[in-house]
Amino acid sequence: MKKRVVVTGMGVAAPNAVGLDNFNSAIQEMKSGIRFFPELRDLKFSCQIGGKPEISEELLQQYFTPLQLRGLKSSGIVYGVISGTDAWKDAGLEITENGSPDWDSGIIFGTGILGVDKFREAIQLIDAGKTRRLGSTSVVQTMASGISAYLGGILGCGNQVTTNSSACTTGTEALLMGFERIQNGKAKRMLVGSCSDHGPYVWGGFDAMRILPSKYNEEPTKASRPLSNQASGFVPGSGAGALILEDLDSAIARGARIYCEVLGGEVNSGGQRGEGSMTAANNEAVTRCITAALKNSNVETSEIDAINGHLTATSRDSVEIENWTRALNRKAEDFPYINSLKGMTGHCLSASGSIECVASVLQIYNEYIFGNLNCEEIHPEIKELIHQDRIPTEKITKKINILAKASFGFGDINAVIILKKYPA
Amino acid sequence: MSEKEILTRLKTIVKPYVQRMEGLNDFQENTDFLNDLEINSANLVDVVLDVEDEFNIEIDNDSMEGMLTVGDAKSIIQRKLSN
Repeated sequence: MKKRVVVTGMGVAAPNAVGLDNFNSAIQEMKSGIRFFPELRDLKFSCQIGGKPEISEELLQQYFTPLQLRGLKSSGIVYGVISGTDAWKDAGLEITENGSPDWDSGIIFGTGILGVDKFREAIQLIDAGKTRRLGSTSVVQTMASGISAYLGGILGCGNQVTTNSSACTTGTEALLMGFERIQNGKAKRMLVGSCSDHGPYVWGGFDAMRILPSKYNEEPTKASRPLSNQASGFVPGSGAGALILEDLDSAIARGARIYCEVLGGEVNSGGQRGEGSMTAANNEAVTRCITAALKNSNVETSEIDAINGHLTATSRDSVEIENWTRALNRKAEDFPYINSLKGMTGHCLSASGSIECVASVLQIYNEYIFGNLNCEEIHPEIKELIHQDRIPTEKITKKINILAKASFGFGDINAVIILKKYPA
Repeated sequence: MSEKEILTRLKTIVKPYVQRMEGLNDFQENTDFLNDLEINSANLVDVVLDVEDEFNIEIDNDSMEGMLTVGDAKSIIQRKLSN
């Protein structure tokens, strides 16, 4: 008998808000977190805007010891530790300094690349012949699993503690991996999530690929335009999202607040065959992933009330919508409500999946669908597929019973999860 | 530089790394970095770098390996300062 899995805690460090309550307000108010960065202008980037969570020194000191803060230059660790620690506390779990590890709790916390600024510092020292000046923190701040290692030590987790990496599907994949571990009875609780570093050394490669918008440097909050006729590339972001997944019996036994149930999901790849490539999705793989996620969750296509899409604000948005209409066999007025968080946060890369999972769960728990920012004029190809009132441009109050969340990533990889209101 | 001043500066340097405050309250030449102050052994390289910056000296790997107590560190610093 497989275990049922629920979400009992969440934390988030997003470009438009840090902290769960702030984020819950920000997405309802459709607040943009996209800003202009003079540093990117000075470095001659085409796209000089981006999304970074705003973290004060005071806030940092609440999460890190003075010793941990010495030489801390990994923005992904900063965002991941803040969101992960918040999720743990939000779930009503305690942090004990001494005693045994918590054998029943584990961590799967992904990233794309970690500690880029720390790595740059190390490279400069090494090239100057000063390797011995790196100190003790260079390795732990730049190893991919640095984020799960930091959180594991702070929280004292004794179950599996690891980091996954799968480009922009990372966070959604982490959730599914944690879900399966609890479902199979191997852990009672899993902290799942993902983080992404910020800054020119993370975003530069995308700028070079010319897939970022270059015409909105004067109007940063208007730049990220998923689903819209003027979508001209994704705005790079950063941050972290975290969720505590828990065995339903364990959650009930300790009287935990339950945000929603995770019914299941699927991950797959298009093998970079057909129209699939390193950077584009194979459409059959996407539709198969959606179909399999529903089947694994025992959900009919007609039961889906809302979709939180990947929808990055490139020309691929209409292809994604077409894949949804085919997988669900629903279109026009019959299509579920759909939204993209990226209009407000930009594309937070390896953090996008987890931040958007947090936003999805908030919508189910608080019974609303946030509006799509910068989507006044829907792309004509999308309007041919689904009715425009399926793409709310303002927050609407709505009880969601079942929500589908998808993330797609470089390497032609897909992840879809199905969430359900609890109790239904 | 007087021995007392070296010890005072050393105490300030090691303070952020100390996990056993009783050890810091009784900071003297016999104080052992790992046992009395419970400094994480990985952090010893950071202590050495901080000492190098504070006294404007360079501590080679051989010297570092002999640096187990506050007294050891003091002697190494004195030796490097007189070079």
